[in-house]
Amino acid sequence: MSEIKKFMYLNRRAPYGTIYAWESLEVVLIGAAFDQEVSLMFVDDGVYQLTKGQDTAGIEMKNFSATYRTLGDYGVRHMYVDKASLEARGLTQDDLVQVAWEDWETEEEVENIVEVVEADKGAELLSESDVVFSF
Amino acid sequence: MSDLYTVNKSPFETNSLASCLKFATAGAAILLLEDGVYAALKGTAVEESVKAAMADKKVYALGHDIKARGFDESRVIDGVELVDYAGFVDLAEANDKVQAWL
Amino acid sequence: MKFAVQVNEGPYQHQASDTAYQFTKAALEKGHEVFRVFFYHDGVNNSTRLTTPPQDDRNIVKRWEELAEKYDLDMVVCVAAAQRRGVVDDGEAQRNGKDATNISPKFRISGLGQLIEAAIQSERLVVFGD
Repeated sequence: MSEIKKFMYLNRRAPYGTIYAWESLEVVLIGAAFDQEVSLMFVDDGVYQLTKGQDTAGIEMKNFSATYRTLGDYGVRHMYVDKASLEARGLTQDDLVQVAWEDWETEEEVENIVEVVEADKGAELLSESDVVFSF
Repeated sequence: MSDLYTVNKSPFETNSLASCLKFATAGAAILLLEDGVYAALKGTAVEESVKAAMADKKVYALGHDIKARGFDESRVIDGVELVDYAGFVDLAEANDKVQAWL
Repeated sequence: MKFAVQVNEGPYQHQASDTAYQFTKAALEKGHEVFRVFFYHDGVNNSTRLTTPPQDDRNIVKRWEELAEKYDLDMVVCVAAAQRRGVVDDGEAQRNGKDATNISPKFRISGLGQLIEAAIQSERLVVFGD
């Protein structure tokens, strides 16, 4: 089956309090081998997955935050963040990590694929996807 | 081109219904199931938001989940259509894809 | 219609596995194809053969087993999630030095690629969780 599908990973949970954030990332990493068109969307508490400066030494849990910054190498071209979710949480894009992306063939580079979007844009992006994964 | 959005948590426990309603597009089908069916009942604090959604979206609820929780059709918001599991399957087939707002 | 089903929660704790089962059963009874049921997160706990639920309540694991038997359903448990939660088959027991297995033979442990493949090959992915 050579048809490429638009995958959207819908992330709505904060990291560490539950395992959903980490285990959904594991799906994204494995999914890279399948060459689909992959985007991630962060809504509600999902926006907390991208905060800078996560330090889990004290809670003795694996700190997986660095993995987000490598997603550009795993075939992820877009990481959308819901604006209203950020604002409700007193956050701005400055609180979030930057994720670089490069196309190995064309050498096109994007400095940061994390993009803050309004809900109606988010709704459109979800609607245009072929498959939505929820965790 | 429209999707089936499923909401399985109570609107009083999480904000999944509210978020779903913000991200559901016009023409969408929304299925309330499991604890999500509480949003289908009359007289709740979310009744107005469900009715507002019904202006351009179709809202369904899993009848068995409503009955399990002690309510009957008379307590359901007018216009919310009750379906069974076969109906759920039909909705998943009839719409372009399913988005689970857990 | 070709469906893929994802189950994110374990038996009894949440209604997810129940609803997933009822949906899958309804789809199969209507003559649809269910390409795979993929168990992720605590959903892997649906595959243990060691549950003893009370007699007067549904037997979730057994129900899935019977459905799989009747319709030749492919029920896959994610290996990483299974290892984390102690769901073990013979292969895993050998590889990881465990002195017991607990998986029901109707489920098979495999990689996350099986979920991705199911999403690619099916026409509808339906996710059940918390």
